[in-house]
Amino acid sequence: MSPSATEPRSDSDPAPKQGWVAPDIAGEFPGLGIAWIEVAAQLGRSPEPVKRRLRDLSDRFYGAHAIQMRERPIPWSYRVFYRQIGLDPDRTRTPIEQLAFDRIREGAFKSQGLPADALTVAIAETGVALRAFDADRLDGDLCIRDSAPGESLAGRPGELARGTLAIADGKGPVGLLFGPTGEGCGVQPDSRRLAIVAVQVNGVPQIAVSEALWMAAATLR
Amino acid sequence: MALRVDVDERLARVELRRQVGHLERELAGLIAEGFGRVEIEYRVAAVAAEPRVLDLGELERLRDDLAERVVEARLTLRKRNRVESANRELLRQMLASPADFKWVQVSRDDLGLHGCGHWHSRPRLGPLGMLMGWWRVKVSSGCPLAGRLAAVEQEAQGQANETSGAG
Repeated sequence: MSPSATEPRSDSDPAPKQGWVAPDIAGEFPGLGIAWIEVAAQLGRSPEPVKRRLRDLSDRFYGAHAIQMRERPIPWSYRVFYRQIGLDPDRTRTPIEQLAFDRIREGAFKSQGLPADALTVAIAETGVALRAFDADRLDGDLCIRDSAPGESLAGRPGELARGTLAIADGKGPVGLLFGPTGEGCGVQPDSRRLAIVAVQVNGVPQIAVSEALWMAAATLR
Repeated sequence: MALRVDVDERLARVELRRQVGHLERELAGLIAEGFGRVEIEYRVAAVAAEPRVLDLGELERLRDDLAERVVEARLTLRKRNRVESANRELLRQMLASPADFKWVQVSRDDLGLHGCGHWHSRPRLGPLGMLMGWWRVKVSSGCPLAGRLAAVEQEAQGQANETSGAG
């Protein structure tokens, strides 16, 4: 990883924190990584500049663009990774493809308020997979690991199947990798700080990950 | 005496994942090539309900399924290319000699082109042309572009907003 890639672009850009990947998982998936940035929560309706940006983005997304997207390096990298972990990217869509699908179906990127719009802008611009957690409910650093026997995801009945890939904090899984978020770990109406989390896969450059996190953080400011 | 050999399968899994990536890219290219021209079956079912490290057998099945889709997509595209080539040849002959292809119509879709225009061999001056053998190929410009219609709608909406804002 190039040190310059994670250096903030300006004083107002916080440096992304780097999480860790369990060694056996890292051995199977070189290039897999997790990074996040913490920002004060800006919840509620999006301001006009954010809505305008969504409209501008809508004008740049077409059906043909959505089809050709899967040939571009970053969206392709996520598609391949989905396949490699057993998911069907045409059913469980990658974040960027889900956005493209919604854009085509809805006719535009509809504003869903913050922080969802901030993630939409950053994902659409960079292609990097982002999601948000309530930072105050996370315990320590985030990591990607396989679930241990007896572990479960809050809000879901039963234990996780052994070996399920999850994003975890110091206490346990907070969400499945590219899957649902554990109950209480996601953004709540009373959240005060957000953790914007990027999952990096092989083929996604570090600079794109940093850019995505900064872009989401800047949109939330 | 049975000989037991411990094999590190990790390298095999890495190689299979590389092949999966390669096939996924090839399939994506074929889908893009056929977009708007022909329907290509591209679905490969999920191997797992939730994300996990796939074992060797599962990766092999996934690789084989993707390879099958790629072969099918190539065949479908090849067939479509043949049809379009034949239609291009038909159009070439039709333009050279319209009277030999009376009332024949070739659409842009038949040639693998976007849009809804077509070439139609028809008589000049209607029944008189039919009697006189004055045949020609008429090119239809197709329907109005969706983008232009959208622009008109946006302009109209913008004007409406301005009016209501001024009011």
